[in-house]
Amino acid sequence: MLSQASAETYYQSYAVVLAVLAAGVLLVGVAFLAARLIAPHRPLPAKLTTYECGIDPVGQGWSQSQVRYYIYGFLFVIFDVEAVFLFPWARIFERLGYQAVVEMGIFIGILAVGLLYAWRKGVLKWV
Amino acid sequence: MIAQAGASFVNDLFNNFWVVLVIKAVLVLGFFLVAPLVVGYMEHKVLAHMQARLGPWYAGRFHGWAQLVADGVKFVQKEDVIPEAADRSVFSLAPAVVMIPYIVTVVVIPFSHTIYAENLDIGIFFVLAMSSVSVIGVLMAGWSSANKFSLIGALRAAAQLIAYELPLVLAAAAVVMQNGTLSLIGISESQSHVWNVAWQPIGFLIFLVASLAELTRPPFDMPVADSEIIFGAYTEYTGLKFAFFLLAEYGGIVVLSAVASVLYLGGYLGPPVVASLLPAPIWMAGKIGALSFFVIWLRATYPRLREDQLQRFSWLALVPLALLNVMVVAIVKIAVK
Repeated sequence: MLSQASAETYYQSYAVVLAVLAAGVLLVGVAFLAARLIAPHRPLPAKLTTYECGIDPVGQGWSQSQVRYYIYGFLFVIFDVEAVFLFPWARIFERLGYQAVVEMGIFIGILAVGLLYAWRKGVLKWV
Repeated sequence: MIAQAGASFVNDLFNNFWVVLVIKAVLVLGFFLVAPLVVGYMEHKVLAHMQARLGPWYAGRFHGWAQLVADGVKFVQKEDVIPEAADRSVFSLAPAVVMIPYIVTVVVIPFSHTIYAENLDIGIFFVLAMSSVSVIGVLMAGWSSANKFSLIGALRAAAQLIAYELPLVLAAAAVVMQNGTLSLIGISESQSHVWNVAWQPIGFLIFLVASLAELTRPPFDMPVADSEIIFGAYTEYTGLKFAFFLLAEYGGIVVLSAVASVLYLGGYLGPPVVASLLPAPIWMAGKIGALSFFVIWLRATYPRLREDQLQRFSWLALVPLALLNVMVVAIVKIAVK
């Protein structure tokens, strides 16, 4: 449970993050507005075609493309969840002692074996 | 009497929460608009001299120092072409989604133990989370352009983030274990005797390589490989929107150099013996400059990695090495205690 004062400083520290976020949005907005006022605007059909090395574009831009790495995607999700667990542990593991290290060793070990398995199965290949 | 009233008014002003908030936001934004230009100019000059050229020379009279300012002014005047086939709103939003996360990241970067916008207690976690938002903007840009080159570039960028986010996060986690805090100020302060790079040289290398890949800088610039896919996800962009992508790239170099120097090179602390010779912000700026120089140097030195080499290098070399690094740090830390 946060006390009243510490809760207040907690939210205040994120107020700066929000303020900078707002400043960033403002920057983009003002710059786009300036560009709209200053920059010329003469759309021509040829200018608005999709760029394809100077020849007329073939087919649609959203043509079927092969996503070559969906298995990498799965692996990434698994390891990224591990990273979320890792940070709180990394902060305090020293206080918890060797048990915490053994536990995290088992956790990381299982993931490492998984990575090894994926590699041996040949899914870590850019097809 | 009046002077006193004036002084107390100024005092009140700087104690007012909202006034301070606005000042901080303006300073952070100012830093983000200036520092990337310095690094960009450095890139022009360093690359030029490494290739026995002069680089920018005329703008601003002295060694072309105002070249990037002139570029910026010119970008604003350029026609904003949105292709007929593009998804207009997503296309226009993408540059902002790429750039704004880097601006927000500057909030937690410390320049001395008193000069920072905010000392978030989840500092490094915040930086890692924010820096991976940008790739969503790249995917938006690539998809909404309705251009085959853009789509291929965006998919490659996403694949690269997926592969190199893990070594980056794991290397940072090892630093957190070493120093027992997530706050960037805390991590800097706990390196007052020995910099982390002395304990974790491998972690430092992993972090550097992974952040190069996150920024899609050479030799990891397959997503924007200009010899085969024009300029990747940014192919259809012109004018100001294109400029924002460039600003995000150089801003990213500044931010990740700053984070790498906080994590491994003592941040705003100088080397233990000579630290008092220069003020803290100078040390920090010097380290950011040195790491940015290193990033530029690599561009002039190494050829581009092929896409499958990129993926193999991360999954089969960096990820296992980073996991090993985490375990070794944990065991040594417990054993020493």
